[in-house]
Amino acid sequence: MDPECSRLLPALCAVLADPRQLVTDDTCLEKLLDWFKTVTEAESSLLLLEENPCLVDLLSHALKFQDVSSRILSFSLRLAGIFAAQENCFQYLQQGELLLGLFGEAGPLGFPAWNVPSVRSGWIQGLCSLAQHPSAEQFLIECGAMDTIFSLQGDSSLFVASAASQLLVQVLGLSLQGRATLQLGLPDGDWPSCAQSIVGYLEESLRSEATPQVTQALKVLTTMFGRCHQPWTEALWMRLSPLVVCLLEKDPVPTAHSLVDLFLSMARSPVFGSSDCDLWVTLAQTLSRLSPMQAGPLALGILKLHVCPQALRTQAFDVLLLPLACVLEAAAQPPGFRSCVYPPGLLDGTGSSLAMADALLASTSSCAGLLCQSLAHLGELQPLPHGPRLWPQAPLLKATVTTLCFCSGSAVPVSSVGGRLCRILAGCVRVQRAALDFLGTLSQGTGPQESVMQVFAILLEYLRSPESSPTVLKKAFQATLRWLLSTSKVCGSNDPGCHTQPFLRELFPVMQKRLCNPCWEVRDSALEFLTHLTAHWEGQPGFRQALLASDMPELAQQLLQDPEAYVRASAVAAMGQLASQGLHATPTGPEHPGAQQKSLLQELLHILSTDSEGFPRRAVMQVFTRWLQDGHTAMAEDLEQFMARVFQVVSRDLDWEVRVQGLELARVFLAQTLGPPDCPYAVALPAAAPPIPPIEVLRTLGRVQLLEFAFRALFDCDRPVAQKSCDLLLLLRARTAPDSGLQGAGGGPDTATVEAALRAWQAGEQGQPLGELVPEVVVAVLRALDLEGLQATLAQSSDHVEQSPRSLLQDMLATVGALGGHEADCY
Amino acid sequence: MKLYCLSGHPTLPCNVLKFKSTTIMLDCGLDMTSTLNFLPLPLVQSPRLSNLPSWSLKDGNAFLDKELKECSGHVFVDSVPEFCLPETELIDLSTVDVILISNYHCMMALPYITEHTGFTGTVYATEPTLQIGRLLMEELVNFIERVPKAQSASFWKNKDVQRLLPSPLKDAVEVSTWRRCYSMQEVNSALSKIQLVGYSQKIELFGAVQVTPLSSGYALGSSNWVIQSHYEKVSYVSGSSLLTTHPQPMDQASLKNSDVLILTGLTQIPTANPDGMVGEFCSNLALTVRNGGNVLVPCYPSGVIYDLLECLYQYIDSAGLSNVPFYFISPVANSSLEFSQIFAEWLCHNKQTKVYLPEPPFPHAELIQTNKLKHYPSIHGDFSNDFRQPCVVFTGHPSLRFGDVVHFLELWGKSSLNTVIFTEPDFSYLEALAPYQPLAMKCIYCPIDTRLNFIQVSNLLKEVQPLHVVCPEQYTQPPPTQSHRMDLMIDCQPPAMSYHRAEVLALPFKRRYEKIEIMPELADSLVPIEIKPGISLATVSAVLHTKDNKHVLQPPPRPTQPTSGKKRKRVSDDIPDCKVLKPLLSGSIPVEQFVQTLEKHGFSDIKVEDTAKGHIVLLQEAETLIQIEEDSTHIICDSDEMLRVRLRDLVLKFLQKF
Repeated sequence: MDPECSRLLPALCAVLADPRQLVTDDTCLEKLLDWFKTVTEAESSLLLLEENPCLVDLLSHALKFQDVSSRILSFSLRLAGIFAAQENCFQYLQQGELLLGLFGEAGPLGFPAWNVPSVRSGWIQGLCSLAQHPSAEQFLIECGAMDTIFSLQGDSSLFVASAASQLLVQVLGLSLQGRATLQLGLPDGDWPSCAQSIVGYLEESLRSEATPQVTQALKVLTTMFGRCHQPWTEALWMRLSPLVVCLLEKDPVPTAHSLVDLFLSMARSPVFGSSDCDLWVTLAQTLSRLSPMQAGPLALGILKLHVCPQALRTQAFDVLLLPLACVLEAAAQPPGFRSCVYPPGLLDGTGSSLAMADALLASTSSCAGLLCQSLAHLGELQPLPHGPRLWPQAPLLKATVTTLCFCSGSAVPVSSVGGRLCRILAGCVRVQRAALDFLGTLSQGTGPQESVMQVFAILLEYLRSPESSPTVLKKAFQATLRWLLSTSKVCGSNDPGCHTQPFLRELFPVMQKRLCNPCWEVRDSALEFLTHLTAHWEGQPGFRQALLASDMPELAQQLLQDPEAYVRASAVAAMGQLASQGLHATPTGPEHPGAQQKSLLQELLHILSTDSEGFPRRAVMQVFTRWLQDGHTAMAEDLEQFMARVFQVVSRDLDWEVRVQGLELARVFLAQTLGPPDCPYAVALPAAAPPIPPIEVLRTLGRVQLLEFAFRALFDCDRPVAQKSCDLLLLLRARTAPDSGLQGAGGGPDTATVEAALRAWQAGEQGQPLGELVPEVVVAVLRALDLEGLQATLAQSSDHVEQSPRSLLQDMLATVGALGGHEADCY
Repeated sequence: MKLYCLSGHPTLPCNVLKFKSTTIMLDCGLDMTSTLNFLPLPLVQSPRLSNLPSWSLKDGNAFLDKELKECSGHVFVDSVPEFCLPETELIDLSTVDVILISNYHCMMALPYITEHTGFTGTVYATEPTLQIGRLLMEELVNFIERVPKAQSASFWKNKDVQRLLPSPLKDAVEVSTWRRCYSMQEVNSALSKIQLVGYSQKIELFGAVQVTPLSSGYALGSSNWVIQSHYEKVSYVSGSSLLTTHPQPMDQASLKNSDVLILTGLTQIPTANPDGMVGEFCSNLALTVRNGGNVLVPCYPSGVIYDLLECLYQYIDSAGLSNVPFYFISPVANSSLEFSQIFAEWLCHNKQTKVYLPEPPFPHAELIQTNKLKHYPSIHGDFSNDFRQPCVVFTGHPSLRFGDVVHFLELWGKSSLNTVIFTEPDFSYLEALAPYQPLAMKCIYCPIDTRLNFIQVSNLLKEVQPLHVVCPEQYTQPPPTQSHRMDLMIDCQPPAMSYHRAEVLALPFKRRYEKIEIMPELADSLVPIEIKPGISLATVSAVLHTKDNKHVLQPPPRPTQPTSGKKRKRVSDDIPDCKVLKPLLSGSIPVEQFVQTLEKHGFSDIKVEDTAKGHIVLLQEAETLIQIEEDSTHIICDSDEMLRVRLRDLVLKFLQKF
């Protein structure tokens, strides 16, 4: 331990033990515990206690004086646990019977403070830290803690109950560590007494009629099997499995969620996955016993397993497919004919369709819940590499499209089941969102031509319908984008594919209308969609033609003046994207008098300098950076003047993200001005322009005001800005200083003014002018600045100074001391 | 209790409720869809309309030449438009005591009822309903009277002729009862019969029932009505809305515990959600104007237009429409815009608070101040000087048969740059446009109907739980065009009773109780006997005095001393006989115990049969039958009086006497 901390410790312990000195800040105590944990991990606890007797005093003080505050009591219990985790230290503390006092029946259990949940929690956490070695196991039995641990399982405080459950797992693991499965598996197996009592408790809980108790026992087992993969866990399961399986036979199955968690936790354990144990049979049985809603998460869990019998996988997949199969059935079934035969491919078995149809039609909430769950789970499975082998792409597409038809009211079912389903699902936004999400996921696979046409038709219906809510519309846009891109890939080229061209013709009028929607969310999603679409297809003639024939570029430009900041930001991004490929609206001529349009560049600059919200300004900076990278023609005209204007505006921006973006733009500009770095391995391009001499580079940077911006940013109050500027200046120094030939000319340049300004800026006086930045001065200043040091300081988190243990101890003492001072004042 | 259904239109209802001794008319809506069969009345001479070819019967008979014209395959009556009145023959309307009006759209037939049927009662409505209703009537009369038409067609109405006409004329119902529009004089006279009421105000009708208007959330001053007596409650729900628009929110709580709930005026477009439609409206408007086209919005001068103007107020800047002029043309435009601002107490909370700021509740005031919205009484006069295109015009009438809208359709119909956007749901837009075909103008249908949809109705019924629901037959099945949409109908238990035009419905509940007051001195003389814990009974002898539907028990007059007893008393002087009364019995007979008692008293071979109302105990040996029902017991035996008395005494053992 740091000697300084050691010196502060007695005073701190005294403060903590003093009931008059209230430690009001809990987080200090937590930090203190964390620190002790780190210290004990590095060095011997025993030594620590011997060197700092004040710590033992603090622990025994908590015992002696019952009036000690609940915070300090809880703290002491946890601290004692941390020390006693090492066996020799445990023995040391035991000699003074300190541990027995703290954790035994005569200890805090009888204190009035025991009613405070944090004390009970401290007691459990103390034991949890302590239960690391065989002596601890013995101690737990001898001090009678086991019964208390059992009773705390059902504690009124959820945190305490959960911690008690963790403790039980820890103790059971400790007790059975290294035991042979065979030995335990015998009928009169030799179970250690501690384990025996825990298993007895679990057996009793599993037999209980009270659901909370069963749940607690199942949770303990779930944690146990999830955390510990030792062979003896199998013996534990052998012993408890009959009781657990019994639960499955009850109707309805109690604590279904906990059972699902338990089985999945077991299935993930190598102990059960590889052996011949009957877990797979139990899982199959569970799948068929649980209600469709309960079985969903289990089925998903099974399908996500790496190791699993194929039959079980198929069964689980069927559970997830069943609701969609029912939807298909409801849409197709002729009147008066109830069939269990599903359309080929989705389900070939004869599943319990009646039960499913009942569950689906019971109520709107159950129907929506089941379908949403099924769609979400299937969506999770599709991208998995070890997903179901036969992914029924075509029937799933059909089922999803049918579900969407039901939701929009466009399905015309002939059967009564279909009619009821239509009634339940019509206008159900939840299912619409889930189905559109899943439809998007399905775009990763292919489908028959007819299905793809249906997909585009339903997407168009949703995009077109005034009834689609903004969230549904957003999902519809996302799904549309995914399908458009996937079909164009299938068609072989990056161009809009064979059947997407007609779709685009219908889509654009719809999009135009969406861009004029009074609801800003809709305008925003439409702009985002336009941006993405353009980003993927901007170079393709088919797309360009369709886009230019529409009013969309003009409408998007109009939205640069939208009253909603998010929409303005999206419009900036969209216009940036369109303009980079020459797809933006050309400035209107004299036929629109009075609306003499500014160029887009001017308009974006205007937003950057005047917009009151940060999002549009950030978006503008991103567009400028991209344009500069791509060498966009709009910027090429008078680049230096433009850059100067941008840096001037950005350096005054109040939003730090805009300033960071500004520095990114500066970086790109710098890199382009400097040209490619000298790389010994680079193939020399025959037509490469000769590099510009550093002195010219520095002059250019000075002209565009990049240097002033960067120096100003170096002392920015927002760390990311300063960091970015530091990186930029380091790059500049590396590329200009060594061979600039600028040093030493004329006895050294006069850097005094510049350095004085920098010092003033560092001190927070931004008003100080910088002085003239001639190249020689810049080089000298860059040399003089300790940029590496600054970079290292900035790399550390802003509170690194405050987080050191010493400062923690000092702070705590100071706070309490200050409180005492106030008290004195009062007298 | 009976309901006479005089209108078949679910949103323009006219029903008469007979409840206790009162006859109450619930709304008097005027079905104006009949006008769709007529040619439009152009404000400015229209060569196209005046040169339409005549239509004649297949046999070449030309007597209909003057009456019927053909346009794009449709046949129209060339005459002053006529309206389909509520049924007048089903019930003698002079017996109607009161008319309750729920909103200004549902009172348009009022002059026909109050001025031509011998009606002598009172009409109840809220102030905004009266004022805006007056505006609507004034506009209607103005629209029709300013285009005088010499001709009034009547030959085609002849039943034998009508049969030969093409659809939809052939299928038009009750054409003989169709009437021309009323005059302003009739309007004034009808409206003078209105008595103003406020929400939750209780109005006594002849002491028999109490009627109360409740806020219905649909329009300024719109109400639902509760009609109740001491023991019965009938709720009349007409044109209600749960959306947050400009009017005060709907009062649902007061509708609870109704015996019967009459449900009319649901949304006419159940598949269109008003928010989506407003979005559609705005985007189409913006796209048209952007392309240099004009937008025509056929509308009523009050109601949804306030909300549309408010949406546009927020929208025009974002859509870059700040320089586009908005015109509102109606003879009552000025009054409508101004009235809306003064009915603060009838507005939603949000708008009410603005009055104290002080700000006008509706932002259209600002649109007018900034000259973005201009209003004119008609296209003649100032409007023609100010008119600038492209522009947006709000004007009536939504039927497109009269009003300034006719002129704009003639003016703009030929260009595909222009758009007509239908927002009022009352008329089929295709039928409305029929006499203007062929039309190059774009047509957008964005019906905005804020009235309850079926999901909201279902929640409302769950909330207020009426015993019985009565509604127009249209609400008990899905709309004919979407027969698979089972969600578009009322679903409640027990199933709703439905009605159609000219049907008389006996409402499915019987009145069982009547409140009777008892005079204090009579009450004083009663000596109740406790027959069960908490229940005491007393016999009362009194005179029942009934006046103005109030019933009072008064002490019987003292028997006058028989004076010269020989004088024959006149029957009318008879005072009620105060005989010594037999004791009254109460309680019920437990059959099993009764049978045991019978056995104990020597009866054997006893059989018990259950009947619908109770039990029959058969004493087979004695050939006797004891019929035990809830409120009577009969012993039927053949002339064995001894046996009957024995059995009677056994029965009496189980009953209490007092």
